[in-house]
Amino acid sequence: MARITLSNLAHSYLARPRSEADYALKRLDHVWDDGMAYALLGPSGCGKSTLLNIISGLQVPSEGRVLFGDKDVTNAPTAERNIAQVFQFPVVYDTMTVRQNLAFPLENRGADPAYVKKRVQEIAQMIGMEVELDRKARGLTADAKQKISLGRGMVREDVSAILFDEPLTVIDPHMKWELRTQLKALHRQFGHTMIYVTHDQTEALTFADKVVVMYDGEVVQMGTPTELFERPAHTFVGYFIGSPGMNVLPAKVSGNRAYVDGTEIALDAGYGALDGKIEIGVRPEFARLVAGDVGLPVKLRRVEDVGRHRIVRTEFFGREINIIAPEGASISPDMNRVVFDASRINVYADDHRVEGQAA
Amino acid sequence: MSLVLEGVSKVVDGRTHIHPTTLTFEKGTMNVLLGPTLAGKTSLMRLMAGLDKPASGRVIWNGEDVTGRRVQDRNIAMVYQQFINYPTLSVYENIASPLRLMRKSRAEIDAAVQKTADLMRLTPMLDRKPLELSGGQQQRCALARALVKEAGLVLLDEPLANLDYKLREELRAEIPKIFEESGAIFVYATTEPEEALLLGGNTATMWEGRVTQFGLTPEVYRKPVDATTARVFSDPPINFLPISKTGDRLLFGEGQSAPASGPLAALPDGRYTAGFRPNHLHLDASPRRTIAFRTKLHVTEITGSETFLHLDHGDARWVGLVHGVHDLELERPLTVYLDPAHVYLFGPDGMLAAPAAYALAA
Repeated sequence: MARITLSNLAHSYLARPRSEADYALKRLDHVWDDGMAYALLGPSGCGKSTLLNIISGLQVPSEGRVLFGDKDVTNAPTAERNIAQVFQFPVVYDTMTVRQNLAFPLENRGADPAYVKKRVQEIAQMIGMEVELDRKARGLTADAKQKISLGRGMVREDVSAILFDEPLTVIDPHMKWELRTQLKALHRQFGHTMIYVTHDQTEALTFADKVVVMYDGEVVQMGTPTELFERPAHTFVGYFIGSPGMNVLPAKVSGNRAYVDGTEIALDAGYGALDGKIEIGVRPEFARLVAGDVGLPVKLRRVEDVGRHRIVRTEFFGREINIIAPEGASISPDMNRVVFDASRINVYADDHRVEGQAA
Repeated sequence: MSLVLEGVSKVVDGRTHIHPTTLTFEKGTMNVLLGPTLAGKTSLMRLMAGLDKPASGRVIWNGEDVTGRRVQDRNIAMVYQQFINYPTLSVYENIASPLRLMRKSRAEIDAAVQKTADLMRLTPMLDRKPLELSGGQQQRCALARALVKEAGLVLLDEPLANLDYKLREELRAEIPKIFEESGAIFVYATTEPEEALLLGGNTATMWEGRVTQFGLTPEVYRKPVDATTARVFSDPPINFLPISKTGDRLLFGEGQSAPASGPLAALPDGRYTAGFRPNHLHLDASPRRTIAFRTKLHVTEITGSETFLHLDHGDARWVGLVHGVHDLELERPLTVYLDPAHVYLFGPDGMLAAPAAYALAA
């Protein structure tokens, strides 16, 4: 297992990139700790696959270096990196039994047969396939085959890292949570360094210790699920994490006050002079619809009852403000103001979060 | 306009895929078929469309028996999970294609395409090819093609399943608006309870080839007729616990009890299965949350703004769903709290014995 250092890393598919926009992966400088689980999360085209390919050795970066531990592997082929990989689609030998499939990476490296037996048993138990160990992989469902792929990715204890590329794509929705949680348990038990690429927020947030959110070739935030929810570092993170995403409104900010289309909003922190496009962001969970004359004046557009709560869609000068109201909360037509929980308002300058000074 | 299924069934190689089913869909309604994979949603839709012939029963469209009539000879539109567009045609021509088959005039076609493209927010993309569009736009193009011919019956088979969740969020909000403008009968298959609730209208819950309940969507959600329906209409699944009623008390096993008041008072004493939804388990007590369960937290899942708790309670696996992102210690004891007003009671036969008190108030 290894710490992974991404030093001054950037990649452009063009021979002579001239501007930021020419980079599929914009410059980043990270050290990923040994034994941690990381998720690369973002929409398609955000650069997460490029980054994964650079780590796995499928792609040599145009700039910067990749280190596994202290060893520079920037130009090393995949085979020399000592990594395991799990792909979108199961890679399973149909004519072999489940046991042979799981044992393959170990036997390939001449491991002691007694150890192989013990290790395969351990993995089979973790993926819940002990009963099927001696049947041929042919004829198993796609779910079961992908479980074998996951198990085989995990079977070697001496790998530098395990890379997962959207591994749950082919899994039935009702099975997904089971595999997601199994992966998390496997990580806890074996402590491998894991890197997991996905566009699904639940997969990323459930699986990873640290989520690396990517947007337009840039890592816009690396943080714990709590940090992504409470303090999105970029308006994109606020939008992408959570359903519905964060409300973002153009504002003027002065000291501990924000002004949104003429309405004054108290902030919990003070801000110095800010440059650029200034906005405030508030998650729908921290907005309330009230009657009276305090708050942003809104038009009530629609109430969506999703059972466990309601999503209230309102309009404020042509912009949507969404509110999450508890199940059973009464919503009456005289409710025409939205108020925010002051401690939950984030301030953004040119889409990046600005830290305020505690009042 | 109405679509009536009269005892239709489907049997393939001696195996029953759809048990005899009777349903009536009225003009201008949204009807959701909700159930897990293989519950029979697609099979039932194929019978409605005339793609398959029922083993028994009749399909009646506007009072006319159309059983066995070919789909081409009926005015039906279908949208599938996979985005199906003609890759070599522009978005404009994709949307226009059903009208061209109907030999409409050029002016009629143009007016209809422009109107539908506007509704589906595709106007700026009309000259592009489908593969130059995002996944969401491709599926909007497929939806536009289904809507443009103003079919009386629009069948949508998990149309959003292949989209990533942000696009799904966006289209889910749009579909009810589109539907409101159309006046057709919509039938929409999904595996996701939340999608059914967002679509509103009516819902038929399906399980192993049977419709377990059909009614107004919030009504089916809040007043399931049996435990199967409650399970189908809860994601994550509803939690169950065997309990008993003795006199005016409900006994929850480990000394917890609650008054059997209101509709529960009249129930005979005996054993019941309590059902309560994941979102009704809480991490903190309150004056109403009087029932405390000692569980073990097995694992948590985080969706961005909510946390799923996978709990072991005795031999049962429960799920809790709480607001916010919670960083809890795993494989540790965890006490969760429940308001007895959120408890449904099911009899030994699985039928609803008493709805939860909160559902009666709603």
